[in-house]
Amino acid sequence: MALLEVENLQTHFRTPEGVNRAVEGVSFHVEEGETLAIVGESGCGKSVTSMSLMRLIPPSAGRIAGSIRFDGRDLLGLPEREMRSIRGNDISMIFQEPLTSLNPVLTIGYQIGETLRLHQGLSAAEARAKAIEMLTLVGISEPARRIACYPHELSGGMRQRVMIAIALACNPRLLIADEPTTALDVTIQAQILDLMRDLKQRVGAAIVLITHDLGVVAEMAERVMVMYAGRKVEEAPVAQLFKTPRHPYTRGLLGAIPRLGSSLTGRQERLAEIPGQVPSLKNRITGCVFAGRCSQADEICRTIAPGLETKAPGHFAACHQALREEAPS
Amino acid sequence: MSNPLLQVNDLVKHYPVGRTLSGRPKSVVHAVDGLSFHVDRGETLSLVGESGCGKSTVGRAILRLVDITMGQIVLDGRRIDDISQASLHPVRRRIQVVFQDPFSSLNPRMRVRDILAEPIRNFRLATGQDLERRLGELMDMVQLPRDSLGRLPHEFSGGQRQRIGIARALAAKPDLIICDEAVSALDVSVKAQVVNLLQDLQRDLGLALLFISHDLAIVEHMTQRIAVMYLGKIVEIGERRQIFGDPRHPYTVALMSALPTPDPETRRRRVTLVGDVPSPIDPPPGCRFHGRCPLAGETCRRIEPDLRQIAPGHWAACHLDDISAMTRDATV
Ligand SMILES: Nc1ncnc2c1ncn2[C@@H]1O[C@H](COP(=O)(O)OP(=O)(O)OP(=O)(O)O)[C@@H](O)[C@H]1O
Ligand SMILES: Nc1ncnc2c1ncn2[C@@H]1O[C@H](COP(=O)(O)OP(=O)(O)OP(=O)(O)O)[C@@H](O)[C@H]1O
Ligand code: SF4
Ligand SMILES: [Mg+2]
Ligand SMILES: [Mg+2]
Repeated sequence: MALLEVENLQTHFRTPEGVNRAVEGVSFHVEEGETLAIVGESGCGKSVTSMSLMRLIPPSAGRIAGSIRFDGRDLLGLPEREMRSIRGNDISMIFQEPLTSLNPVLTIGYQIGETLRLHQGLSAAEARAKAIEMLTLVGISEPARRIACYPHELSGGMRQRVMIAIALACNPRLLIADEPTTALDVTIQAQILDLMRDLKQRVGAAIVLITHDLGVVAEMAERVMVMYAGRKVEEAPVAQLFKTPRHPYTRGLLGAIPRLGSSLTGRQERLAEIPGQVPSLKNRITGCVFAGRCSQADEICRTIAPGLETKAPGHFAACHQALREEAPS
Repeated sequence: MSNPLLQVNDLVKHYPVGRTLSGRPKSVVHAVDGLSFHVDRGETLSLVGESGCGKSTVGRAILRLVDITMGQIVLDGRRIDDISQASLHPVRRRIQVVFQDPFSSLNPRMRVRDILAEPIRNFRLATGQDLERRLGELMDMVQLPRDSLGRLPHEFSGGQRQRIGIARALAAKPDLIICDEAVSALDVSVKAQVVNLLQDLQRDLGLALLFISHDLAIVEHMTQRIAVMYLGKIVEIGERRQIFGDPRHPYTVALMSALPTPDPETRRRRVTLVGDVPSPIDPPPGCRFHGRCPLAGETCRRIEPDLRQIAPGHWAACHLDDISAMTRDATV
C-alpha cells in the first residue's frame, strides 16, 4: 500500500458565475521515500489539489469529493481535530505564497518555534535552539539575530526559506511542496533541494513536488504527473516523460523550455508558446480538454473524452492520438 | 548625448533592525551598499544575485517605497529621490512595478475591474467607453478571459494573479516597469507568452524594463545587459554575451553553474558554494565574497576590490585577472 493514495479527487468551487471544476477526477499515489512531481499550466489545479490533500479548502468556498488515504487512513473522513494533528506533523506543506502563510505580526523565530513546541513538545529554549539550526540549514546568515525579525523584514526568498524551515522542522512523512524554490536563486535552490533529498533519506519521507521548473523536476522526481484543466493527462517515470512524452500538451510544455545559450548565437528569438487558452472550467467539457489547442485534434477528440491508458509500463496518457502512434524513439 | 532613462548613483539603503531600550536600532542591515547603474530607454537591464542580496530593495528605492540612506536616483535627467510627494505623482505613472508575491500586492477585496481601472482613473488616462475598451485590451494582452473582470484575486491561480499584476502595471502606460520576479510563478508556456508580450510591448511602446529574476534562462533570453549583485553590491555588470560567455567574477561563475538542466540524464557539474552565507548586518572586510570563493587569497581578505573595466561595457569587482581555474572546473 502506498503512503498516499488519491482516488477520483474532485474539488469544485462555487462562484457567482457557476461552479468552477478546478480539480475533476484526479487519481494518483505516492510511495514512501518517493518524489512525485506535478506539472501543468498555470491554473490547471495543482495548488487546489495540494490544498485538498491538506483539507485546506474552506467549506464555504468549495467542496472536496473522492478519497484521500494517507497511511491507510481516510483523510476526508477524519474529524477536524485529528486532521489538525496530522497537518504540520505527518504531512507538512510549503505554500506557493509565503507572505500570506506567515503571520505578519509574529517574529519568524516564534513561528518556527511554535511548530516545534506544538508538535514535538520542545521547551522554549530547545525550540529556539532548533529554530536557529533550521535557519542555518536553509542558508540564512546570522540566524540568532534573524529570529527576531518579522516577515516583512526579510527578502522574498528568505521568507520562502523560513516556510521551508517550518515545513521541515518536524520531519514530516509527507512533504507537499508547492513551488518551493521559485523565489530562490539557483545556488540556494540547490541547497534547498539537498535538504529535501536529505529528508527523504533520513526519515523515508515522500514528497509531492509542484513546480514549473522542469530542471528541478528532472533533478528531483522519480515520477511525474502532468495536469491540464483540472485533469491528469499523463503520468510517467521521469526519464521516460522527458524522452518520450505521449500527450501533445506535455510535448508542447517540454518544447517551451527556454534553454541557456541564446547569447552565444546573438539572436533573440521568440520563446516557444503553446498557442490558445485553457477552456473555462465552468462549462462541462465534451471531448478532450486539450482539443481546442491541439494540432492533432480530430473529430473524435472533439466529441469523446479520452481516458487514461497505459502506453508503456508505468506510463499513462489520456489522448486518442497517442494510442495510434508508434513510440517516437 | 542624451540622458539615460534612469540613472542610479551610489545608492545606499540601510534598514535598522531590533531596538535597544532607548529606542535606538541595535544594528543595521546593509541591504544595498553603494551601487550605480543606468537603464536606457527601451532597454532591459536584468538584476540577478543571491536571495537577500538587495535586489528588491533597489526596486523599492527607485519606486520611492522606501527612503534611501544615500545616493541619487535620476529619471530623465531629473533627481526623483528628493522631490515632494506632490511632484512625485507624474513620476509614479512613468515607473510601474510587478511584484514577486502577486497575492499580497493585490487588494483582496477589489475586483479585477477595479484593480485595473484604478491607475487609469488615477492618472486620468481614460473614462467611460474608452476605459471599458482599455480594460478589455489589458485582459487580452495578458491573456485572461474578459469575463473574469468581475472576479476577486483569490479566485485566480498564482500565475493568473501574476498576470493581473502585469496588466495593472501596463494600465498606467509607463516608460519603465520594474519586474520583481514577475514571471517566476508562471509555467513555461504562460511564461513564454508573458515574456514575448513584454518584448512586443517593449518594441511597440519603447518600454524599458528593470528585470529582477532568478531565472537565468529567461534573463539570458530577455535582456541586453545584466548586473550581478552580491551582498548589496554589483560584482559584475556587462552585456549578456559578456556575462554568459565570459564571466569574470567567481560568484557569476558559481551562479551560472548551479542551474539545473531540464534533462534527467545529464546532471551538470556545479560549483557548490561552501562556507557560511555572509551577513548583511556585519559585511565581511575585503571582498564580500571571499569566505565562499574558491580562489580567494590574502589580498581578498583585506582589500575590497572595486569594479574594474574588463572590456567596453563589461566591469567586474575581483582582484584576479584570470579566474579560468574556476571556469575550467565548472563547465562541462
Ligand atoms: N477560492 C477559490 N474560489 C474559486 N476558484 C478558485 C479558488 N481557488 C482556486 N480557484 C480556481 O481553481 C483553478 C485552479 O487553481 P490552482 O491555484 O490550483 O492552479 P495552479 O495549477 O496551482 O496554478 P499556478 O501554477 O498558477 O499556481 C483556477 O481556475 C482558479 O481560478
Ligand atoms: N523592511 C525591512 N527591514 C529590515 N530589513 C529588511 C527590510 N526589507 C529588506 N530587509 C533586508 O534587506 C536585505 C535585502 O533584501 P531584499 O528584499 O532587497 O533582497 P532580494 O535580493 O530581493 O532577495 P530575494 O531574491 O530573496 O527576493 C535582506 O537582508 C533583508 O532581510
Ligand atoms: S576578489 Fe578574491 S575573494 Fe573576491 S571574488 Fe575575486 S578572487 Fe574571490
Ligand atoms: Mg499554484
Ligand atoms: Mg526580492
